[in-house]
Amino acid sequence: MAEDIAPQQTAVTITLNGREISAEKGEMIIAAAERAGTYIPRFCYHPRMEPVGNCRMCLVEVEGPRGSTLMPSCFIGAADGMVVVTDSEKVKKAQDGVLEFLLANHPLDCPVCDKGGECPLQDQTLAHGPGETRFVEEKRHFAKPIPISDLVLLDRERCIQCSRCTRFADEVAGEALIDFAGRGDQVEVATFPGEPFSSYFSGNTVQICPVGALTATPYRFAARPWDLEQVESTCTGCAVGCRVAVQSSAGRITRLLGVDADAVNHGWMCDKGRFAFESVNGPDDGGVALALSDPSKRITDPMVRKGGVLVPTGWGEALDAAAAIIRDATATSPMGLGAIGGSQMTNEGAFAWNTLLKGVVGTDSVDAQLGDGLEATHVLGLPRATIDEAADACTLILLTGDLREELPVLFLRLRAGAVAKRSSIVDLSPRSNALGDLAAVRLPTRPGDSLLVTRCITGDAAAKTQLASHPEGRTFTDDDLERARTLIGDDGAGVVIIVGRSSLAEDASLIEAAARRLNAAYPKAKFLPALRRANVMGALDMGLAPGILPGRTMLGTPSEGLGALWPTLPDAKGLGTLAQLAAMAAGSQKATLVLGADLADVPDAGLVTAALDSTARIIAVTGHGGTLLERADVVLPAAVAHERPGTTTNIEGRVSRLGQKLSAPGQAWPDWMIATELAAELGSSSGVSTVADVTNQIAAVAPSYAGMTAEVLNAANASDGLVAPLSGAVPRELNRTDPTAIPGLGAADRIGLASYTGSVRPDRDTSPPSRVATTATIGTSDLEGFAEPTIPSADNYSLRLVATRRLYDLGAAVTASPALRGLADSAVAKVNPYDLDRIGVTTGDSVRLRSARTAAVVAVEADAEVVRGTVLMEFNLSTDGEPRVTVADLIDASAVVTDLRMESL
Amino acid sequence: MSLTDAPRIVTARTDHDDSFTIERFLATGGYDGLKKALSMTPEAVCAEVDAASLLGRGGAGFPAGRKWSMLRKSDVAYLVINGDESEPATFKDHLLIERDPHQLVEGVVIASYALQVNQAFIFLRGEFALGLERVQAAVNDAYQHGALGANIFGSGFSLDIVVHPGAGAYICGEETALLESLEGKRGFPRIKPPFFPAAIGLYGEPTVVNNVETVSNLPWIISNGGAAFAALGGGRSTGTRLFALSGHVKNPGVFEIEMVKHTFRDLIYSPTLGGGVPGGREVKAIIPGGVSAPWFYPEHLDLPLGQDEVADAGSMLGSGSIVVMDSSTCMVRAAWRITRFFSRESCGQCTPCREGSGWLERVLYRLENGNGRMEDLDLLLDLCDNIAPGLTWPPQQTTICVLGPSIPSSIHSAISRFRDEFLLHIKEGACPYG
Repeated sequence: MAEDIAPQQTAVTITLNGREISAEKGEMIIAAAERAGTYIPRFCYHPRMEPVGNCRMCLVEVEGPRGSTLMPSCFIGAADGMVVVTDSEKVKKAQDGVLEFLLANHPLDCPVCDKGGECPLQDQTLAHGPGETRFVEEKRHFAKPIPISDLVLLDRERCIQCSRCTRFADEVAGEALIDFAGRGDQVEVATFPGEPFSSYFSGNTVQICPVGALTATPYRFAARPWDLEQVESTCTGCAVGCRVAVQSSAGRITRLLGVDADAVNHGWMCDKGRFAFESVNGPDDGGVALALSDPSKRITDPMVRKGGVLVPTGWGEALDAAAAIIRDATATSPMGLGAIGGSQMTNEGAFAWNTLLKGVVGTDSVDAQLGDGLEATHVLGLPRATIDEAADACTLILLTGDLREELPVLFLRLRAGAVAKRSSIVDLSPRSNALGDLAAVRLPTRPGDSLLVTRCITGDAAAKTQLASHPEGRTFTDDDLERARTLIGDDGAGVVIIVGRSSLAEDASLIEAAARRLNAAYPKAKFLPALRRANVMGALDMGLAPGILPGRTMLGTPSEGLGALWPTLPDAKGLGTLAQLAAMAAGSQKATLVLGADLADVPDAGLVTAALDSTARIIAVTGHGGTLLERADVVLPAAVAHERPGTTTNIEGRVSRLGQKLSAPGQAWPDWMIATELAAELGSSSGVSTVADVTNQIAAVAPSYAGMTAEVLNAANASDGLVAPLSGAVPRELNRTDPTAIPGLGAADRIGLASYTGSVRPDRDTSPPSRVATTATIGTSDLEGFAEPTIPSADNYSLRLVATRRLYDLGAAVTASPALRGLADSAVAKVNPYDLDRIGVTTGDSVRLRSARTAAVVAVEADAEVVRGTVLMEFNLSTDGEPRVTVADLIDASAVVTDLRMESL
Repeated sequence: MSLTDAPRIVTARTDHDDSFTIERFLATGGYDGLKKALSMTPEAVCAEVDAASLLGRGGAGFPAGRKWSMLRKSDVAYLVINGDESEPATFKDHLLIERDPHQLVEGVVIASYALQVNQAFIFLRGEFALGLERVQAAVNDAYQHGALGANIFGSGFSLDIVVHPGAGAYICGEETALLESLEGKRGFPRIKPPFFPAAIGLYGEPTVVNNVETVSNLPWIISNGGAAFAALGGGRSTGTRLFALSGHVKNPGVFEIEMVKHTFRDLIYSPTLGGGVPGGREVKAIIPGGVSAPWFYPEHLDLPLGQDEVADAGSMLGSGSIVVMDSSTCMVRAAWRITRFFSRESCGQCTPCREGSGWLERVLYRLENGNGRMEDLDLLLDLCDNIAPGLTWPPQQTTICVLGPSIPSSIHSAISRFRDEFLLHIKEGACPYG
């Protein structure tokens, strides 16, 4: 009887230990056997990488024409009628022999090894090992451990040469910075001289190392595996939403491990997401001595400014003070109050705050983005692709920034598609990057030209002529353009467009207009918004943007449920972040709620300074210190990641659960609770008392979240999250049984939201609302009213600024995480050597860059990949020049592009 | 050299001091075989090689014609010549590379024509500084004489040859590791399947990998016909063959002799060949085909030097490297030295070979130096069994390539035949041979 395990058309039947099982044709025996319940020991095999068969642990007997022979089950594909034996004496002897060989030179320092207790080699030895060693010789010795990067240390004595790390670096990350050196038992993993293993993905090698050879500095000697508690959660380091296991010991987060979510991260994480948990822990002493302006400091108490200083108080007094500010500001018009931020919150937090802002106060001046994103109706209204669809797209159009810097694990997913030649990339980035290097066609796009290049793609001859009139001419040939057009096809079927901000110094309206053009020309193409900040998509879905309401609806068309739930609704479209800052400076916005936002991220520092220099009152809701607190009138301490349950939504609209591992410090509350209590203070009770109540409220009133109740999201088969809106398809149960794929995950606590459901009171009715709102959600028809911007033409004397993001910048997550803090580069201006020659400077020289706003002194670096006539600067990095002028100071966000004059000093 | 009247096929020129020059080559029938081949169809050339029953001379002894016939049909295919001769006591290709590089190049062109490939590579051991110089010079000369490049000798057939120096790893003599190295990668043998480079080889394209001596036979075979070659030797072992004779013989060197018609005794004792064992000592053991091969003993001296004859006796003729060990040889030391070679040359890719070779080497070192234990003999054999299950010949293997299962041969031979010597080392706490 064949067990119906993989009902595929290519199913074959193999005999495994005398039992017939079914497998996919060509599927590796090790995987087919595992699904059938027979676990074959392994070290080098990893389900997310190509097999290499070099550890030899998975040898099994396979019958062939010359009798049965030992073969590596990770490298032999299943074929119909194949006879495999995994439990014979011959197999056992071979496997025991391999294990003994692996142990021969392996130091028995398990008691002091971080892997001890979760080590596949240790587990395998304990289960099947001989107990006594026959190896009486001196073991191999290396200096140990040696740092191979700022984050990773290598103990070559413990290494069993499985090549998981070297293969990950080469095959998955595309950065072959580590490889084997030496021969025989002197083989070692090594870096190349002068080239450390500086990769944004280095932590993954630590995660998949089957022994303690690779360790990461934040976890070294931090805990023993048996002391760890863990909860499954979602990384909120960026908007990809990698599924993770959050592990803690003694009330502090000790480690994050990637969980293999098939639709999202395949088990991988970026180092920023992995190691930024240090900012949650804060300094060992709680940071009592730190200034309030220090992002490392955790905010534990509500504070009210008295006599010019922030004084810690209780919640009652702080909420009173906040309510007073709000009442005062909105006395004549609800628009006297605005809110900036909200993308670091849970969906529940974002919804509760919006209930207060739009539903109780009635202001629409609410914006979760910081002037560095895209207009909300575009984000929500364009036909959306999933990450899987993007990774499998036949053609990918990159109308965005460097994804490795902005959404690192999305980069890994898309890179895999390009490397496997599933996807052809059409890259419109202003400077090539790791993904652009794999592009089939590069159409380098200068700031201001995004719309023109897009019009060229859609066959607009006038746009081609206009581009050719640039002083430096067009950046691509007719052939390039034709190849791009061929790859995109007629209607865009199978095309996914990654749409984001390729430059923060180029107005978003250009990208939005380009996206509209592409949507009109290629109606079957789908879009994946490359917005980077944590839960920005959840915040937008909850309506934290001007002109929209929760559940992807327009301000004028609230769902029936929302109309019933919220006492009021804004009567006019409000202001976005940049306009709010201007309104603060002008005095028309009298009070501003800053919801966990770092205003250093706003790409117009002059505007921020003017707003903060105004008389507008500021209520800061935050878990961390920051310079904003030097200005805030009331500070409300919020729980941060890993301290609050709830849900989050990623770029594809996948709603997944957040696990709570720690209690928030001091008096800090989760955002939804702060908003709910403040709303009550303002006289409006929303009737929620648990986070699950809020989740269920969202499911009831937000049309695109219809049916996404706490119960549904909490189900076992929803642990990878569910894409909103629900399609009706039932997600399949997950199979993550391989304990050696991610050692340390162990039996991951699959009940990610244990504390979440636990908080639902038994006397309450938790059944999902039966009535699902039927309001129309935002679509492409809502994009019709937008006009296309006009772009000032480039002149011969200016360089157009490209301002890009780096993963490691001066943002709070990096700055407050000791392991990451030193990794941010210093700002330099990258300029094409041709342009440097024109003013007679070379790499290393300092120049003055003068914009309409101000002038900065910065070192230049020749970079032939930067398009002529542009200068590329990376955002939010430290600058050495005096006075300290950053990229954000140079940018005037009200201008479509920023032109710079470059002068030698 | 040969005790029969067989001609010298591949070493016909090597006695001349200027054997490596184009002048000597052209004066002694150089390119005659090639010109004749180009006048034939590629299929006819293949047929001659088939008729010659030429066995590969690299070690495995696979029929060259059969290997060629397995080449997958493809627009792009390659011929790669394995000249990475680097095993201890193996030095027969060395002679051909340095003394008759033009014959090698001519053979490469003939093989490429037969296979209809337009790009060939000669991968030479990096330490062969003189050989690299001479083969490159021969390639350059061939281009000048129209024997290489576009439209060779007006035939319409074109071929380029790249001479590539190895980087010093023995493992790159393993053909898939050689291909990896040629591609610029670390010399790790490729895991099988695919089993043959003829299906998926260099840069993923069908590739034939032939040994230097194998292709050096081709000019003669084409000039004289496959039948003339097949008339030499006996059984499946046709033609003549180079033997690299070393160890305890008065006259070590490379000898081209007719196959099967000579015995080990002929080779070792004949005055025109090995010249006998120095000091009148007795032969104690013979390594018949490279250090991977199980050893032979005095009772094997009258065995004919033929591929199947040696295989039937439980070993292999391999690369034609024959080492004579006389009664003054310490067998523990011999096994240790061979194992040390393998442990240093294991590529380190797969566990049994990487860890097993070093472990075995260290145990043998202890035994040789008088620090052995009784249980070490069983330990050695069991570790060998974990690399080559059953210790059979030809071996089974737990490894990716055959380097691993080559390690047990000498250890198994030494312990099986000379257990007393091991016991003496343990008992006396020192090597009895000093």
